[in-house]
Amino acid sequence: MNITRRHMLILLPAAAMAWESVLAGTPEDAPNYTMSEHWWSMLIDIPRCIGCGNCVRACQAENDVPDGFFRTWIERYHVDDWNMANPQVISPDGGKEGFPSVAEDDKGKYFFVPKLCNHCADSPCTQVCPVGATFITPDGVVLVDQKYCMGCAYCVQACPYGCRYIHPQKRVADKCTLCYHRITKGLTTACCEACPTGARQLADLKNPNDPIHAFLKTHSVQVLKPQMATGAKVFYNDLDGSVR
Amino acid sequence: MPGVDGFMYPNEISLYWSVLIVLYPYITGLVAGAFILASLVRVFRVEAVGPTYRLALLTALAFLLVAPLPLQLHLGHPERSFEMYLTPHRTSAMAMFGFVYLWYLMAVLTVEIWLDYRADIVALSQSTRGWRRLFYRILTLGSSNVSERALHIDERVGWFITLIGIPSAFLLHGYVGFIFGSIKANPWWSSPLMPVVFIFSAMVSGIAAVMLLYMAASRLRRQPIDMRCVDTTAQYLLYTFIVDFSLEMLDLIHRIYEADESFRSLNFMVHTKLWFSQVIVQICFGTLVPILLLAFVQVTKLSTAVRKRLYVISGSLTLIGIFAMRWNVVIGGQLFSKSFLGYTTYKMALATREGLLVSIGLTILPLFILAVLVKLLPPWPKEQHVLQAAAGGD
Repeated sequence: MNITRRHMLILLPAAAMAWESVLAGTPEDAPNYTMSEHWWSMLIDIPRCIGCGNCVRACQAENDVPDGFFRTWIERYHVDDWNMANPQVISPDGGKEGFPSVAEDDKGKYFFVPKLCNHCADSPCTQVCPVGATFITPDGVVLVDQKYCMGCAYCVQACPYGCRYIHPQKRVADKCTLCYHRITKGLTTACCEACPTGARQLADLKNPNDPIHAFLKTHSVQVLKPQMATGAKVFYNDLDGSVR
Repeated sequence: MPGVDGFMYPNEISLYWSVLIVLYPYITGLVAGAFILASLVRVFRVEAVGPTYRLALLTALAFLLVAPLPLQLHLGHPERSFEMYLTPHRTSAMAMFGFVYLWYLMAVLTVEIWLDYRADIVALSQSTRGWRRLFYRILTLGSSNVSERALHIDERVGWFITLIGIPSAFLLHGYVGFIFGSIKANPWWSSPLMPVVFIFSAMVSGIAAVMLLYMAASRLRRQPIDMRCVDTTAQYLLYTFIVDFSLEMLDLIHRIYEADESFRSLNFMVHTKLWFSQVIVQICFGTLVPILLLAFVQVTKLSTAVRKRLYVISGSLTLIGIFAMRWNVVIGGQLFSKSFLGYTTYKMALATREGLLVSIGLTILPLFILAVLVKLLPPWPKEQHVLQAAAGGD
């Protein structure tokens, strides 16, 4: 085939755009790791969480999270008797340094709820990103290509769970990566590793031997804001109806 | 924590969309509204508003040129914004911004202005000297044929472009409404009425702006104001405003009656943080007062001087009210927690990239651009006669 100047004028911009798309979607190198064999999620066992803040500190140390922003945080709920519509919730500095103690005669129930990105299968943040900088990997982790993100914050607005923020120095969207740099090397996440009670457990839904399958069969498990239909993949055991 | 009442998710405490994102729908609304007013003359043959036709088109262009600036200033990495053209994400409502904007700028507005002004441009390219002559010669794009047949073709094509322009103007601003209305995570925004409300509020603001600009320009030029034109424009402003207000009230009544899980939180916000900007500024002074004033003019026989004053007051209040509406949508939508358990505060900086001074600058900038456009492409009937005389003389 003879390629004329006319052909070149058409082909070159098309090739440049295709190459840019290829570069944008290239994942980090991870030898011996096959993305299609995994579908990552997390299990949070609420009765086990003691609100120590280890997970928040570990996440901030591992991922260099800027002060005042959180990839993961802990909320403490206080529900007074039947009044589920008006829980009193606190999360001082994301629960990083734990929580103030509770007076013994205080009424109602107290419990901790660790939060992080839900790595939704139908994530609204991925849907709205105008340049496709936010994407879901074939192994089910929602990530941000920070070399591509233009920092418009539309994804921050679209996340129903408040899991995203604009990094004050990098000026791009930032969020939990489920420690992708660790899990693709066979490690667990920093938060799971730091949890002293096993309240957080990384789970691979595609692995038939993962203990999550037995757990899901025998426990009452829920995701946050199921009415949002985001396909959230962080499962909560014993989630109280007052939790938002 | 200062500025926070109740519980916010920790990443929600600072707002991510600032006053610049308030300006963006405000400015594009003025563009769309001004264009719709111009289409009244061209497509719907409302001859009475004819004197505002060209001014409306130039106003739309002046504001459209500024519309992307608040977005660029807001972006963390504006240098990457061209990626929206190269790799637009098909599922994103925002990804279409660049294309809708370019379509409207290049395929609708500039073409319509060029066709409408072509005979004038040709005349000016012959009657002027120096750099102005060169400028107008470039603007002719090599076409100096102003025969009757050529002008007739211009007229027909211009009419067709305006016809395409009406849905395009609806698309431009309805789409901005969709950016907010399609966010299911935010109950303050999530509403199928949002694009429709945005379109009608755009028409309201555009008509009010052109009416005020026409009156101000006439005063500056020491020319009499064509009261038939202003009366008709004010009539259209009133009708559009009533539709706009009805839609907003429909949305409000629906929210109150349905009272879903977000209602208590949003209701509290309207009664506290948004009380001044929404109830006082937007609804009372920015909507009810101008509607009542405009309606009052319709049912009474007032002198020209009184009508002029009432139009200036109602037009100015309208522009303030529509700005407040954009503010309440954009800022209000970020003041409450998505947990519905708390509220934060918006602190506007003064001299930062997204601060007050920049916002004021961006609001005034289109007026400067409009002044230049008016100088280069005079939209007034008188100058048109001079032009015709100049063209005939050459």
